[in-house]
Amino acid sequence: MVPGAGVEIRRRDPRTGLAYLTLAVGTVLVAFPFYWMVASALKPFNEMFDLRLIPAHPTLLNFAEVLTRTRFPRWFGNSLIVATITTVSVAFFDSLVGYVLAKLQFPGRGFIFVMILATLMIPTEMLVIPWYIMSSAYGWINSYWGIMFPGLMSAFGVFLIRQFMSGVPDELLDAGRIDGVTEFGLYWRIALPQIRPALAALCIFTFLGNWNAFLWPLIVIQGADMRTLPVGIALFSGEAGSSWNLIMASSALAVLPVLAVFVVLQRQIIEGVTLTGLRS
Amino acid sequence: MSVPQLRLGTRRALWAYTFLFVPLLFYIAIRLGPAFSSLYISLHEWNLISPSKPFVGLQNFRLLARDPRFVQAAVNTVRYVLVGIPVQMALGLAVAVLLQRINRFRGLFRALYFMPFVTPVVAAAWVWQWMYSESFGPLNEILATVGLPLQPFLRSPGQALYAVAAMIIWQYLGFQIVIFLAGLEAIPRVYYEAAEVDGASGWRLFRHITVPLLNPTLVFSVVYGTIVFLQLFTQVLNMTFGDQGGPLAGTLTVVLYVYQLGFQRFMMGEAAAATAVLFVAILGITLLQIRVLSKPVEY
Repeated sequence: MVPGAGVEIRRRDPRTGLAYLTLAVGTVLVAFPFYWMVASALKPFNEMFDLRLIPAHPTLLNFAEVLTRTRFPRWFGNSLIVATITTVSVAFFDSLVGYVLAKLQFPGRGFIFVMILATLMIPTEMLVIPWYIMSSAYGWINSYWGIMFPGLMSAFGVFLIRQFMSGVPDELLDAGRIDGVTEFGLYWRIALPQIRPALAALCIFTFLGNWNAFLWPLIVIQGADMRTLPVGIALFSGEAGSSWNLIMASSALAVLPVLAVFVVLQRQIIEGVTLTGLRS
Repeated sequence: MSVPQLRLGTRRALWAYTFLFVPLLFYIAIRLGPAFSSLYISLHEWNLISPSKPFVGLQNFRLLARDPRFVQAAVNTVRYVLVGIPVQMALGLAVAVLLQRINRFRGLFRALYFMPFVTPVVAAAWVWQWMYSESFGPLNEILATVGLPLQPFLRSPGQALYAVAAMIIWQYLGFQIVIFLAGLEAIPRVYYEAAEVDGASGWRLFRHITVPLLNPTLVFSVVYGTIVFLQLFTQVLNMTFGDQGGPLAGTLTVVLYVYQLGFQRFMMGEAAAATAVLFVAILGITLLQIRVLSKPVEY
């Protein structure tokens, strides 16, 4: 039998053609909102409600207006700051805790792990009221710290990293100990490089999660200058009323950078879902 | 001999506690503490403005049970789950099975279906709001072109919930597909080959091999999806921004109502009680998942 014969037969199978066709139609439906958003953002205001698919007179004026006449750049920067700091914090603390719980022996280890794991069951909605009361008492309302503090560590990350840390061979750590590596060095220089894919997945999802976070930022932010991108777009759009050209342009400006990152990291992100999703 | 070893063990334990000190402080002060504090608040009449916060027992829960808006929010939330989960799973499984059949462009298709999942939710919600618009939305334009009557979508108490649910299905479909694909690929090919030798094909293979062996993935998918729908907030607030919760509260969810109670009307006691109800629901579903999944899979 020729090695390629099986493939030949499959290619002629009409059901395979039907599969491609169905998938392609589905893709068009899934992608339509993105297309509509970009196409609308390129239309001048007076053609906004002219529903042709391709803008008759495409213009970048809507983008220019969003970037110069609204606080969009500031909100973008706020989101970047908040998402970056929380991601760095989660990556560091979660991996440290995951390492300690997987690789060090000490009394109370099981109890501490169960305690951290138990916090996974608590929905954010249950915590926002005490967080708000706390933030009012300590003056954290409308500050970066106030936006960030609830997300600085994640129990899910601890759980994920601990599982991967368990796979790091003890011999590697013992060899390090004999060479006189400090306890922190064992984590930082020996264990951490072994679990890079899991750490990368955790970083990507933490960043996306914080970039998109809405409920708590909406509560804790009170001034227009402190808004993160989602809060900024929501309240701006609410105020902009019928300025759909600006709403679409700001949406496009928020979506396109994320999609660009997705295109670059597509494989890691989707594999990360399988990696993290199936383990939770 | 035993003394230095003990010392070594003690020293390592001390390092462990040192490393865990800040994280433990975080999990106690920012997670566990506030969770108990929320339960405490739910048993008190807690208005942010008034200084006295008397203990009222279960009164907040009784008030909620008699509050028509909360009841509506709870019923709506259950409706989101009942409408959203079956559709989302059926579509996700269908696309995953189709993706498994094809050889070329699989990665490309997978990535395209996954795009909405990474898209900022607020931006996507506003795009969908416009697509649904009664007078100038593309969906109604399509209906008009093929000669069907225009639909009010988000402006109709009867349709708004389904319109929002469609957007959420769109958003999470790619995630479901990826999870299902991983589950499908974990099924050993020999089962299919053996069944094909026995003359089984198509639907029967799917029904008697794929579905039972995919069971853990299906359970995970149901539980994950249900928790997402129970916590629905951002999409609903942004798609029905002007009349938060939609016409006649048709899209109102429990979390959106918590937000209105707590942060627009400052009735923290009742809001906290509502989150306790949500907590119990999520806990129940998670425990159910653990019970179902800890049963051995029967081949």
